[in-house]
Amino acid sequence: MGIPLKDSLKHYWKTFSLNELLKGMRVTGKYLFDRNKITIQYPEEKTPLSPRFRGHHALRRYPNGEERCIACKLCEAVCPALAIKIELEERPDGTRRTTRYDIDMFKCIYCGFCEEACPVDAIVETSLFEYHFENRGENISNKQKLLAIGDRYEAEIARMKAADAPYR
Amino acid sequence: MSDELVSFEVNGQTLQARPGSMLIAATDAAGITVPRFCYHKKLSVAANCRMCLVEVEKAPKPMPACATPIMAGMKVWTNSPKARAAQKDVMEFLLINHPLDCPICDQGGECELQDLSVGFGNSSSEYVEIKRVVREKDIGPLIETAMTRCIHCTRCVRFGEEIAGMRELGATGRSQYTEIGTYVAKAVTSELSGNMIDVCPVGALTAKPSRYTARPWEMRSYDSIAPHDCVGSNIHVHTARGKVIRVVPRENEAINECWIADRDRFSYEGLQSQERLLKPQIKRDGHWKEVSWQEALDTVSGILRKQLAFNIAAFAGPSSTLEEFFLFQKLLRGLNIKNIDHRLRQVDFSDQTLTPVASGLGLSLAELEQQQAIFLIGANPRHDQPMLNHRIRKASIAGAKVLALNPRRLAFNYAAEQIVAAPLDMVTELAVLVKAALEAANQAVPNALAELLAKVEVSAGARSQVALLKAPNALILLGQMAVQHPAFSSLRSLASVLAQATGAKLGYLPEANSIAASLVGVLPHRELAGKPLAEPGLPVNAALNDKNLTTVVLMNAELDDFANPQQTLKALRTAKHVIVLAPFADAQAREYATVLLPTSTFVETSGTLINAEGLWQSFKGVVTPPGEVRPLWKVLRVLGNALNLPDFDYVETSEIAAELKLELKTVPLTAIGELPETLLVTKQEASLMQRIGDVPIYRTDALVRRAQSLQAMLSSPSVRMHGADMDRLGINTGDLVRLGQGESYVQLPAELDGAVPAGCVWVQSGTEAARALGSAFGSIMVDKG
Repeated sequence: MGIPLKDSLKHYWKTFSLNELLKGMRVTGKYLFDRNKITIQYPEEKTPLSPRFRGHHALRRYPNGEERCIACKLCEAVCPALAIKIELEERPDGTRRTTRYDIDMFKCIYCGFCEEACPVDAIVETSLFEYHFENRGENISNKQKLLAIGDRYEAEIARMKAADAPYR
Repeated sequence: MSDELVSFEVNGQTLQARPGSMLIAATDAAGITVPRFCYHKKLSVAANCRMCLVEVEKAPKPMPACATPIMAGMKVWTNSPKARAAQKDVMEFLLINHPLDCPICDQGGECELQDLSVGFGNSSSEYVEIKRVVREKDIGPLIETAMTRCIHCTRCVRFGEEIAGMRELGATGRSQYTEIGTYVAKAVTSELSGNMIDVCPVGALTAKPSRYTARPWEMRSYDSIAPHDCVGSNIHVHTARGKVIRVVPRENEAINECWIADRDRFSYEGLQSQERLLKPQIKRDGHWKEVSWQEALDTVSGILRKQLAFNIAAFAGPSSTLEEFFLFQKLLRGLNIKNIDHRLRQVDFSDQTLTPVASGLGLSLAELEQQQAIFLIGANPRHDQPMLNHRIRKASIAGAKVLALNPRRLAFNYAAEQIVAAPLDMVTELAVLVKAALEAANQAVPNALAELLAKVEVSAGARSQVALLKAPNALILLGQMAVQHPAFSSLRSLASVLAQATGAKLGYLPEANSIAASLVGVLPHRELAGKPLAEPGLPVNAALNDKNLTTVVLMNAELDDFANPQQTLKALRTAKHVIVLAPFADAQAREYATVLLPTSTFVETSGTLINAEGLWQSFKGVVTPPGEVRPLWKVLRVLGNALNLPDFDYVETSEIAAELKLELKTVPLTAIGELPETLLVTKQEASLMQRIGDVPIYRTDALVRRAQSLQAMLSSPSVRMHGADMDRLGINTGDLVRLGQGESYVQLPAELDGAVPAGCVWVQSGTEAARALGSAFGSIMVDKG
């Protein structure tokens, strides 16, 4: 069963010659003097994002200010993490609207299915990924919050959508 | 069409069917899918959607399966390239004008067009022109329309014509100008209109009360039984997030086929009523105080123990379950309380010991269709039992003669020969028929009837009407207007004699679950299984008139459930304790009650209902009761335990039902009772008019009365009377008329109505306006207000 003598000798040679360590140090040394650095000085520097980046959600509006969401519940149905909760009503003008649109950001797995399912491009995932929660309950993004994000980043969302449009 | 089966081949599979029957029926039975929109098994074949095109051997073109009769040896392919191409093309044409608004359409997720377009649709369309738009129509508070989505399958039109018996919707225009609508803007008023929502394969007709509340994939479906009439329609209750979203029919060919009445479909709206009781409450010094169940039950048992048993009266509403009725009477009888009753709308109890224990139809609902003659006495089945009326309608279409004796001309949806007589004249009108029947059958006049029959003359019309009832399958039905009649005993006796003389069967159209109440003995004179009591208690009106009455227990009963709300209110106001076990309490109930115990509705409890044919149907609770509401049978059980009564240890309702089934097995549901010694003939007071006070279709029980959309279907309360009376009293349509019965009066607008006989006013009971009035079929003072 024992290890053959030849292999055993090879093993001891490798260990005591510090061969592996030197190999590693060579990589370190190479990057120490390399001019094409790939390290990014976050948060001062940021990597470019794909138009398909899936960050925090937002609810969009039409240019006339009307919310896009029609409470069809397709996003709620497709969400694999069951993170979306929608309640709806008939608004006095007869249109179908949500009274509640909650996304639990803890449950969300950022798969983007909600965005894919949306027939009116209302729910989108923005390139916003720098957010945090300080208090319990803040992980639930409600309708007001989602609409506010949508209002704030509409220009960027529109740009991302336009950039991705040719490939859809 | 012969009854012999022939063989034919579908997709290489050999099937058998009657020659001449339609192909689609055979493929459906064999489980072979053929897409369709316009075909519905209960409606006539229209073959206008063309979706069911299939390839038939030797036929040059694809044939519609719904309109292709089966021939021996024919070969059919439902899936061949030719059939698939035809189906695909039809689908493309159907989608030309159908809007792509599935995301905002309530039908989305349960839409036949959506489903079939997945299987049979193209991924692209050649059509680039503008889609047509059709204006939405307002057809009432129950059905929401989006006629742009309509694909003109005409199922709703055929439903109205063939099932509801009212041609309310129709197609106008041709080709792309076709529109389904009422033509003249009006609401769809049929009592079965909700079924149009079910038959509509697209989202053109959807339910207004449940509009935009939930998607079909979110809902859970539970089996239940509708408690509002004696049919016991089978229903599915759909819930989402612990709330009842809607009710749809559950197919049961023996009871409701695949339809339900609007009352059963939309009554769930009442569950969300503001008047729902959520916590036990006790009135102290005129103020309501919310208390714990323990305190409330202690108070109730204290009251029941302290008050003298003969000063207590207990009334149960007819829509309670069998188990609730049983525990109710067991509890009260255990305390030696005798004044127990459920016949809240009945006024004539003079022959109560002579009637059978419990009476129903006397035959099954399906057998109603085979009757050749049906005589309705004081019955408006169209309003009281819409699904039962549908069976009578089917019988009528099959050739049955329908005869009706009512206090006003009713709007039947089939041909009926109507005898209209003022309430008190109904007795003499019926006597004429009885005399004719006895003469025709050469039978002696029973002593009890001799005096009455001597006074009447047999007419030729009566002889021919009696001849109708001689048919081998003839049925006489006593409805609610007969049961509530001031001389019900006379009508009942005369109907029994008429049935015996003509050989017709006799049946009743009872209120909701009242057969169960009679069987378990929620009656002052009979206990469980109809055993007569040696010392009977007082029936409802006598108990309410009793001066010593100190305590009243009301189970699922409120003021609008009583025949005489004026008398009831007076009694309840003077009573020291009024204990209410009910799901709801309105302002009026809060005024007369002293203890309010919040109990369950039919969706929150398990129980059993007995329908008109005597069928026991058990159901389970669907949602958890809101607040501190408890199932009523459990409340009664705990009360029984609190009062140390024996045998109150039931764990489940099924236990009670099983026990009762054994006990009641031997009690037959017959209708023919014994004759009294003399007939009660009530005389009309001169100078007064007679009131016709039947209960409107959507005022029958507490839950229905709180369903807002159904309430919107009712016309506002009015006094309807004959033109001659209006002239005599100098009243014009729209004038306020003063109506007085007993001590108080109300003012209602007058309306001309040729359906009301002279000398009568039609003022419906069960309404808020009628609370100040007395007896539903009593005399009434009418003058210009």
